[in-house]
Amino acid sequence: MNIIIVGCGKIGRTLTEQLCKEGHDISIIDEKKELVENMVNKFDVLGVFGNGASYTTQVDAGIEGADLLIATTGMDELNLLCCLIARKIGKCHTISRVRNPVYGREIGIIKEELGLSMIVNPEQAAAMEIARLLRFPSAIKIDTFDRGRIELLKFKIKQGSKLDGYRLMDISTKLKCDILVCTVERGEEIRIPNGQFLLQGNDVISIVAVPKKAGEFFKKIGMGTNKVKNTMLVGGGRISFYLTKELLHMGIQVTIVEKNKARCEELSLEYPEALVINGDGIDRNLLCEEGIERVESFAALTNMDEENILLSLYAKHRTNAKLITKVHRVELDDVILEMDLGSIICPKNIVAEHIIRYVRAMENSARSSNIETLYKIIENKAEALEFIIREKSAVTDVPLEKLNIKDGVIIASIKHKGNIIIPKGKDVIREGDSVIIVTIDSEIDDIADILKD
Amino acid sequence: MNYSAVIYILGWILNFEGFFLLFPCIVAVIYQEKTGVVFAGCMLLCLLLGAIAIRIGRKDKEFYAKEGLVTVSIGWIILSVFGALPFFVSKEIPAFEDALFETISGFTTTGASILSDVEALSKCSLFWRSFTHWVGGMGVLVFVLAVLPLAGGYNMHLMRAESPGPQVGKLVPKVRSTAMILYGIYVFLTAVEVILLLLGGMPLFDALTLSFGTAGTGGFAIKNDGLAGYTSYQQTIITIFMIICATNFNVYYFILMKKAKQILKLEEVMVFFGIILFSALFIAWDIRHLFSSLREAGHHALFQVASILSTTGYSTTDFNVWPETAKTILILLMFTGGCASSTSGGIKVSRIVICMKMLRKELSTFTHPKSVKSIHMEGRAIGQEVQFSVAVFVMTFAMLFIISLFILTFNDFDFTTNFTAIATTLGNVGPGFAGVGPMDNFGKFSILSKAVLMFNMLAGRLELFPILVLFYPKTWRK
Repeated sequence: MNIIIVGCGKIGRTLTEQLCKEGHDISIIDEKKELVENMVNKFDVLGVFGNGASYTTQVDAGIEGADLLIATTGMDELNLLCCLIARKIGKCHTISRVRNPVYGREIGIIKEELGLSMIVNPEQAAAMEIARLLRFPSAIKIDTFDRGRIELLKFKIKQGSKLDGYRLMDISTKLKCDILVCTVERGEEIRIPNGQFLLQGNDVISIVAVPKKAGEFFKKIGMGTNKVKNTMLVGGGRISFYLTKELLHMGIQVTIVEKNKARCEELSLEYPEALVINGDGIDRNLLCEEGIERVESFAALTNMDEENILLSLYAKHRTNAKLITKVHRVELDDVILEMDLGSIICPKNIVAEHIIRYVRAMENSARSSNIETLYKIIENKAEALEFIIREKSAVTDVPLEKLNIKDGVIIASIKHKGNIIIPKGKDVIREGDSVIIVTIDSEIDDIADILKD
Repeated sequence: MNYSAVIYILGWILNFEGFFLLFPCIVAVIYQEKTGVVFAGCMLLCLLLGAIAIRIGRKDKEFYAKEGLVTVSIGWIILSVFGALPFFVSKEIPAFEDALFETISGFTTTGASILSDVEALSKCSLFWRSFTHWVGGMGVLVFVLAVLPLAGGYNMHLMRAESPGPQVGKLVPKVRSTAMILYGIYVFLTAVEVILLLLGGMPLFDALTLSFGTAGTGGFAIKNDGLAGYTSYQQTIITIFMIICATNFNVYYFILMKKAKQILKLEEVMVFFGIILFSALFIAWDIRHLFSSLREAGHHALFQVASILSTTGYSTTDFNVWPETAKTILILLMFTGGCASSTSGGIKVSRIVICMKMLRKELSTFTHPKSVKSIHMEGRAIGQEVQFSVAVFVMTFAMLFIISLFILTFNDFDFTTNFTAIATTLGNVGPGFAGVGPMDNFGKFSILSKAVLMFNMLAGRLELFPILVLFYPKTWRK
C-alpha cells in the first residue's frame, strides 16, 4: 500500500520502521530537514520536507495515489488539517493523532464530520492499558483478541510459588485449568514450550485463556486477581488525566503527586474525588507522608524517563505495590527490563501498534490476505497471528496431535462457530474457524506454514 | 568498514557481469566466431567467482555511506577488469592495459578507443564493446538494486554513490521500484531507437551496437570512419536519441505519469536545450563554408553539438579541421555535459546553473552587504549543503584536471592533445582534438598516461568522490 506519514517524531519513526518492514511504499513528511534526512538514510522511504498540511507538499509525497495518510505531528490542529486536505484531494483513508483532552470529548463528532478513519491518542491509549493492568495486577501485560473474548496475559512466576517447578501438562490434569501457556521467557531466551516443560521461578510466561478461566487459574495458583483498591500516580500529565477518570470510574482511590501548582488545580477541578498533592515526586518525605508504603499500586508517569525509573526502583524497594513505569525511549529496553520495574508502558509503541493493526486490516480487506491480525507479544521476538480458515488445507480436519507442527509454533485458540476452544491434542481445525497461533518464527504468512516441510 | 557486506554486493556485480557476457556469446554463435569460446569462458569465471564471493560475504544490516561509496568504486574497477579479459585472452587487443582502457572507456560510456582499426575486431568483441556502454550508462548497481531485494539502508547509499547529479531523488518511495522504472524507460528508449534505425535500412547488428552507444551516451563506433558512412536519416535519428538520453530521466517519468506540464518547470532541461540550440546555430554559421549548403552545415553542427554535449562522442565528420571558434565551443561543451539523472557525463547542466546562481548571489551581497538571499532552482530552495557540495565538486574537477594535465605532459604531445584528452576522459565524452581527434585514437600514450586517463574516466563517471574515497586512508580503518 502507499502510505504517507506526516511527522517524523517518535511515533512516526516507530511506524515507518514497522510498515517498511512489512513492505509498504512509504513517503514521510516533516518540516525539519535533518529528521527527514535521517529517516531516508535509515529506511527505504521517500522523504519530503515541508509543511504536511500544504497541498504542494502532499502532492510531492504522492497523495494522489496514496491509500492512507497518518498524521502524527505534535500539533492536533495540524494533524487534523493534514487529514482534511488529504481527504479532499487524495480520497484516501486518514489517521490522525489528537491528544488534547478538549477535543478528546468530541472525538466522535470530529471523526464523523471530518471523515477520519481513526483517531489515536497515545496518552489515552496508555491510560487504558494501565487501567486494564490495575484491574488485574498480577499480569505484566494484557492483550485482548476477538473484542476481549480471549485474553493473553503475561506474568512472572515468583520464586517458591506454586508454579515454580511445575510441569506444564499438569496444569490441565492436576489443576484442571483450561488455559494454555504460549511462551516462556527465561533470561534472554524465549521458548514455545511443550507439555514436558518444567516451569521455574523468575520465568515470565504468557497464557491464553477466556477471561473467566484466567481468573480461576490465578485463584488456583494462589495469585491475587482482585483489582487494586488504591493507587499513587506521580506526575500529573495527560496520561494521569485520562487514567484518573478511568480509575475513579472503577472505584479505585487515586492520589496524584504533581509539581506544578496550576496543573494541580486543574486536576482537582476536574476530579474532586481524587487526592491531588502539590509536590515533587522525588521527595522521599512527601512520598512517605502520603503513604507510599501502604499503596497497592504505584505508577511513575512523569515526563522524564530517568525519574520514572528511579521512582519505580524506590517504590519497589519500599512496597509490594504493583508497579507501572512509563518509558518514552525504549531503545535501551533490555537494561530497563532487567531492573524488573513491573509493567513498562510506552505510549508511542501502543499507538503504533494500534495503527499497524488498522493498516493490516485495510490490507486484508484489499487483497484477502491470510493473516487477519497480528500482535507483538514480546517486542520483535514473538507474535500472535490470527487466521481465518477459508478453505480446506493440510491442517484442517486432522486432530492437532497428528499434525507435524514446527518447533516454535503453538496453536493458542480455535474459535469454532462462536465457541472459543483452548485447544488440546484431540481438537480439530475446521473450515470457517478462526485460529490464533503464537510463534517465534516470523516467516509465517499462511496457516499451512505452521507445518514442518 | 564492513567488508563482508561489500564482498556480498561485489559477488552479485560479478554474477551480473557473467549474465551480461552471455549476449556476446549469442552473437558469436550467430556469426559462428571462435572468439565466442573466450567469452563463454569469461562468463563462467565471473559466475563462479561471483558465487564464491556471495558465499563468503554476508548480507549485513550494517551498511553505511562509506560502504556504499567503496562498493560502487571497487565494483566498477572489478567490472572493468573482468570485462577486459575477453579482449586480452582472445589476443584481439594484445596488451592488457589497452584492453582495460577500452573496457573502462566502455563501461564509463566515454568511447575513447586505443584501436586504430576497429573493423578488425570480431563481431562478438564489437558487440561486447558497445554493450558495455549500455550497461554502464544507467549503472550496474542500479541494475543490481532493481533485481536484488536489499534491505533499508543498503540501497539508498548505493544509489546515491552511482547516480549522476547533485541531488539524488527517488521517483517513488522504494529504491527498488525507482531502479526498475529507470531501467524500464532505458530499455524502452533503446528499443525505439533500434526500430527506427532498422526502418531506415540499417543492418540489425549496426542498429543494436549504435543504439547501445547512444542510449548509454558512450560513443564506440563499429566503423573506422565513425558514423560518416551512414545516411542522413540514420544520423538524424541518432542525434535525436543522443539528446533524449542526455535529458533528465524525470522528464520521461512525468510523461509516463501524464504530468507533462511539470516538464516546463525543469529549469535544467530548458537550459540544456538552450545550450544545444545556441551552440548548433553558432557552429553552423561558423562552418558554413566547409559544406555545400547551409542545411548540411547545420546537420553536422547539430550532430556534433549533441554528440559532445551528451558526452556520447560519435562523429560524422572530422571536426578537427573546423575553425577555432567552433572547436572551442565544442571543448567547452565537453565540460558542461548533459543533465543530472541521465546517462551522460561531464559536470552536468544543473551544477553549472547552480554555480551561476551562486555567482549572482555573491555579486548581490557585494552591492547589498546585508541582503539575505537564497538560491532557487526548479521552484525549490537549494540548501547551503547542496551549494557547498556543488562548489566542492567543481573545484575537485578542476584540481583533478590540472594534476592529470601535468602528468600527461611527459608524453611530449602538443598542448591541445593533452588538454582535450583529459577533458574528454574526465567528461566521459570520447574524442578530443589534434592528436586525439575523432579520426585518431589513444593508443599512442604511455602506460602512465593511460593509467591517468583510465582513472579520470572512472572518476568522471562516478562523479569524483566515490573513487577519491578509495585513496583516503581513514576509509579503510576498522
